[in-house]
Amino acid sequence: MRLENSTVIEQFADQGDYRRLVLHAPAIAPEVRPGQFVHMRLPAPADAILRRPFSVFRTHADMLEILYKPLGRGTRAMQRLSRGDAVGLLGPLGNGFPMPSPVTVPALVAGGYGMAALYLLARAVRRAGIVFVGGATASDILCVPEFKALGWEVRIATEDGSLGVRGLVTAPLDAWLAADLGDRRPELFACGPNPMLRAVGDRAIAGGWRAWLSVDRSMGCGVGACLTCVQKVRDPAAPDGWTWARVCREGPVFECRDIVWEDGE
Amino acid sequence: MTPTPDLSARIGSLSLRNPVMVASGTFGYGPEYAELVDLERLGAIVVKGICLEPTRGNPPPRTVETPSGLINAIGLPGPGLEGFVREYLPFLRSVPTPVIVNIWGRTVEEYGEVAARLDATDGVHALEINVSCPNIREGSHAFGVRLDSFRRVVETVRARASKPIIPKLAPNVSDIAAFARAAEECGADAISLINSVPAMAVDIETRRPKLANVIGGLTGPAIHPIAVKLVWEAAGAVRIPTIAMGGIVSPADAIEFLIVGAAAVAVGTATFVEPRTAHAVVDGIREYLVRHGLRSVAELTGSLRTGRDPCGG
Ligand SMILES: Cc1cc2nc3c(=O)[nH]c(=O)nc-3n(C[C@H](O)[C@H](O)[C@H](O)COP(=O)(O)O)c2cc1C
Ligand code: FES
Repeated sequence: MRLENSTVIEQFADQGDYRRLVLHAPAIAPEVRPGQFVHMRLPAPADAILRRPFSVFRTHADMLEILYKPLGRGTRAMQRLSRGDAVGLLGPLGNGFPMPSPVTVPALVAGGYGMAALYLLARAVRRAGIVFVGGATASDILCVPEFKALGWEVRIATEDGSLGVRGLVTAPLDAWLAADLGDRRPELFACGPNPMLRAVGDRAIAGGWRAWLSVDRSMGCGVGACLTCVQKVRDPAAPDGWTWARVCREGPVFECRDIVWEDGE
Repeated sequence: MTPTPDLSARIGSLSLRNPVMVASGTFGYGPEYAELVDLERLGAIVVKGICLEPTRGNPPPRTVETPSGLINAIGLPGPGLEGFVREYLPFLRSVPTPVIVNIWGRTVEEYGEVAARLDATDGVHALEINVSCPNIREGSHAFGVRLDSFRRVVETVRARASKPIIPKLAPNVSDIAAFARAAEECGADAISLINSVPAMAVDIETRRPKLANVIGGLTGPAIHPIAVKLVWEAAGAVRIPTIAMGGIVSPADAIEFLIVGAAAVAVGTATFVEPRTAHAVVDGIREYLVRHGLRSVAELTGSLRTGRDPCGG
């Protein structure tokens, strides 16, 4: 975990509203493990005071790349960053994904820009696996060429049917689990909205496989001090069998059996 | 050459190497920031609020960012007294920086019990009494907004602890000076202020509160001018030292507090943004003292120049 004044190398538009920001971060970039994140100090507006957490999409030597969609005040201001601008980074943070067991087929499941959090894992695994990606429409299906370049198979679902099969990402996932898997064991790695994570976890529990879920929670400090980012997790020693875990420290990745979902999640 | 100014500060029997602490609830229990912050350069570490038993706090969302501020309703989760002593105190004892434990209870008796037990615990140097957290209430009020319950808490803690005690004042009272004086009369060694300012935010699309707890406490730059005014009034009413907090981001914010009467300051929310803010504030105070030809922080404390009596506008 380090503080670094990184500089913008470039920023460019990806599909739809998505953007990519490439930073020169020689202290942090080489230390990032798959599934970890960085906490970024935004340039402006000055009244958006907190840092914002971003999954690291990929690193290359001293470079660190983030994929984001301008949604709130903070991320809209990020669009104005250009070459040479300074950006305060804190990272790498969080536990990250474990490496898949050598006897499983790694299956990644992403919702929208959840894809960004999974690319480093795919790159680190020395064998090709399969990626399932879902989104509202074709422009939400990101990073497909990057995964294909690693030799991974990509299966797509969109809610409007504009790309891949029509429906949720669980549709192609279920088809694969039922038909193509044979006697191999999958190991699931997922990043996306909570209902998607929960659906992936349910399948893993039913099938007796492991599923590693990267949970998204709003954050304050990013280092475990403010207790903003809590997620209910199983703890047999605690009253009622659960306790809060800090997504920024104990997470963001949890095995699906450890998570206690709330109604409506 | 001007000699290096004296940055030390005194809180009762406790002496601090510099007047800049980290505020309760914004620095965990110490180890969280140890990789990023030089703990030996802090005036003191004030840990997250501790009560007798382990507590879970509120469900998320627990914080929401607002213009120049942060509203929190963390709800005082914690490991409880024994958990704190077992899990965190060994680490804190290894750091040569005074540790101030922020304490709270659901009843006056609980305040007394936590205080007595921490008073007997090595490695705890002072107690900050949290009577003002918007998330703890006696009946429908926080202990800290009624003079009678405030007095009972401070008297009880005083009776059971010989280490320095520091009642932390709530900002949402009509006469802060009365609370400051009550603290002094009940034997407090110092006062600290301000705790967060009761606040609320609503998502207009869903018409739901942005915090699971509905209401919370506002902190950060948004509350700084409010805090400056309250520190001025409180510090002016007592002889015991005042520890000021509320929206410190830069050395200038801390110097402002010292000028209106604070003997020491604490950095809170700003640490989340720039973990080394407290270091920058110490450096900035030193530089300011040199530039103004002052020999000590004490010379700056309460040096506000006013041409008239305080009566507002
Ligand atoms: C996330 C958070 C948690 C806090 N927890 C506590 C606490 O446990 N006890 C307490 O007395 N004050 C607590 N506070 C209040 C701070 O100690 C401080 O009084 C307040 O944040 C004002 O300072 P600031 O504007 O620099 O943050 C908390 C503040 C924040 C932001
Ligand atoms: S963001 Fe502060 S504890 Fe996780």
